Amino acid sequence: MAEQPAAFEQVEIAGVKIELARAGDGPTLLFLHSVDGVDPGSQWFRLLAQRFHVIAPWHPGFGHSELPGDRFRDVGDLALFYLELVHELEIRDAVLMGASFGGWLAAEVAVRSAAAFTHLVLADALGIKVGDRESRDVADVFAISQEELTARAYHDPGRRTRDYSTMSDRDLLGIARSREAYAYFGWKPYMHDPTLRPWLRRVRIPSLVLWGESDGIVTPDYGRAYAAAIPGARFELVEQAGHYPHVEQPERVVELVTAFAHPDSALAGVGSTSEER
Amino acid sequence: MDVYHFSEQPYHAAWEQAGEVDSLRVTFPNEHCDPRVAADLVNERLDEWVLCDELGLNIMINEHHSSATCLSNSAMVPIAMLARQTKRARLLALGHPIANRPDPVRLAEEVAYIDVVSRGRVELGFVKGAPYEISPANANPVKISARFWDAHDLILKALTTHDGPFNWESEFYDYRQVNIWPRPYQQPRPEVWVTGGSFGTATDVAERGHRFATILGGWNAQKLFDAYRARRLAHGHDFPAPDRFAYCALVGVGRTEAEGHRRAEQVAGYFRTTSIVGEAFVNPPGYMPPQGNAQWLKKNQTRGRAGSHFPVTTRDGRLLRIGSGHGSGDGVGPADLVDAGIAFTGTPDQVYDQIVELDEHVGGIGNLLIMAHGGDMSHADAVDNLTLFATEVLPRLRERDQSRAVTAAMERVAAAHV
Repeated sequence: MAEQPAAFEQVEIAGVKIELARAGDGPTLLFLHSVDGVDPGSQWFRLLAQRFHVIAPWHPGFGHSELPGDRFRDVGDLALFYLELVHELEIRDAVLMGASFGGWLAAEVAVRSAAAFTHLVLADALGIKVGDRESRDVADVFAISQEELTARAYHDPGRRTRDYSTMSDRDLLGIARSREAYAYFGWKPYMHDPTLRPWLRRVRIPSLVLWGESDGIVTPDYGRAYAAAIPGARFELVEQAGHYPHVEQPERVVELVTAFAHPDSALAGVGSTSEER
Repeated sequence: MDVYHFSEQPYHAAWEQAGEVDSLRVTFPNEHCDPRVAADLVNERLDEWVLCDELGLNIMINEHHSSATCLSNSAMVPIAMLARQTKRARLLALGHPIANRPDPVRLAEEVAYIDVVSRGRVELGFVKGAPYEISPANANPVKISARFWDAHDLILKALTTHDGPFNWESEFYDYRQVNIWPRPYQQPRPEVWVTGGSFGTATDVAERGHRFATILGGWNAQKLFDAYRARRLAHGHDFPAPDRFAYCALVGVGRTEAEGHRRAEQVAGYFRTTSIVGEAFVNPPGYMPPQGNAQWLKKNQTRGRAGSHFPVTTRDGRLLRIGSGHGSGDGVGPADLVDAGIAFTGTPDQVYDQIVELDEHVGGIGNLLIMAHGGDMSHADAVDNLTLFATEVLPRLRERDQSRAVTAAMERVAAAHV
């Protein structure tokens, strides 16, 4: 979460005031966050910014970004917002990356227009329907205890001990707003867009689907189905990671993303667990 | 003062499992419901409401979903049955969780039909609904208040539009040909009631002039009713009469104080079970404003606090935590419930005096909603409880002069807004 609010810029995109973090040099990487938001102080963010020029906005409704009721009803509206952001910030030849809910968003953006992007990276993305009508693909995070949620989300649940009582009122309000926006966009249909999966055929840029092998929110098999729906996409399992591989294995994920999207970067290397199609 | 009898129609036979499960709602499997036992229970409750009609009491029904605390899962269904089985009683559903139901026009149709069947005895109650009602309905908890008022507006327009179809394209509902048949018997429409426990709801209801009901809210009802009154005055209306206000409390009447207290204890089974709900369902994101959720987080409460207690405050400010769990020894007895203004119990004289004290405090209750059955109370006890109340207490309440209470409320509201 935002421990250094000063790290965020206030920008207005399509008439919507949002916050975003920008750092680093190199090819531009637009990172779309999960319900947990953007944390520029995290190891993940700092390592990524050593390889890329990272732009990480807070989605409308999340953190302290506005959510005007007249233009946001579903995730498709958020996708159009991001295409406007790409236009207004003149982003081009960029990597589009999203994690969890942000991965769903990135996929929704890519099926609408990938013109500004060279590569797509999804990490444990939500958003598609894989199972039959009696099988829920995404664990019902609104129906389980906090303890079970943490156990499902992390390979090492012990990492996730937050003491909210020490946080600022501003940060707590941002967390509460993020959870509300997450429910608003993901409640029904639950965490997916029923027609996204067949439209993933429209993603015609190189795509990498990363998945934490211990993810108990959406399983690696769901990730394999995601990759199978995107033409030519590569699937990579990240060991010793749950739903947030970039948080639990930041070095490994930055290495994978760099090798995939920015291979001429000196320190890039790649592991051997690739399930290339 | 009019009086309505209310029971949640609990399935207490499964409450023994309360100590073993973390939730009597949403996730509690219905294998714990024996339909033969349920048949006995709901028929007893319906018989008690038929008796109310003979005794001069009105009828109040509610609904909950996926719960062993309340078998009534559509308030309209028992109301519809009782519309044919009763002759005089007002039929109040309090209420319809309109923000959770997908089709407000369908509700308007049902209301109009039953109002016609009953020749104008329907009372139309709307509730936002408890947070754990969100999951059984799979309604989005975010924007629930805006959706509630949109459904409210649509239902009222459907009930009162008589010149052919109208169009409704809002953020939440889409219709092109709204034109209900029949139209309601009562013209222009049945009275609307809304429950609430906050100043925001009290003033929202005041702006529309509907009846405002507090359910087991205790002495705090005075502040809520005063907020309603002040908002009416601020909008240039007359000082609201007692009929705008409803107050719900437990009732246990007996031939002796001990018998009355025993009955109140049985009804209080409501308190000891109503909070037993899985933590994830206590506070879905968006049900409370983010500012409220931020304050919960500050206390490291990421979810609800499942099933620990039902909190109430006595008139002198004592916080009572009515413990959850069947027969739990929480030390809260009938006298404490009376102190908290959420139960009237003892002999008929005691019950009458307790009601008068609360009525004076809040400034005149036009509609008293009594929970005269609850918990594991038997049918025989419920019949005797209702009969004693109707014969020994109700006549005095009907004749009671509330003008002193109303005058005191007028002075209080005027003083607060000088």
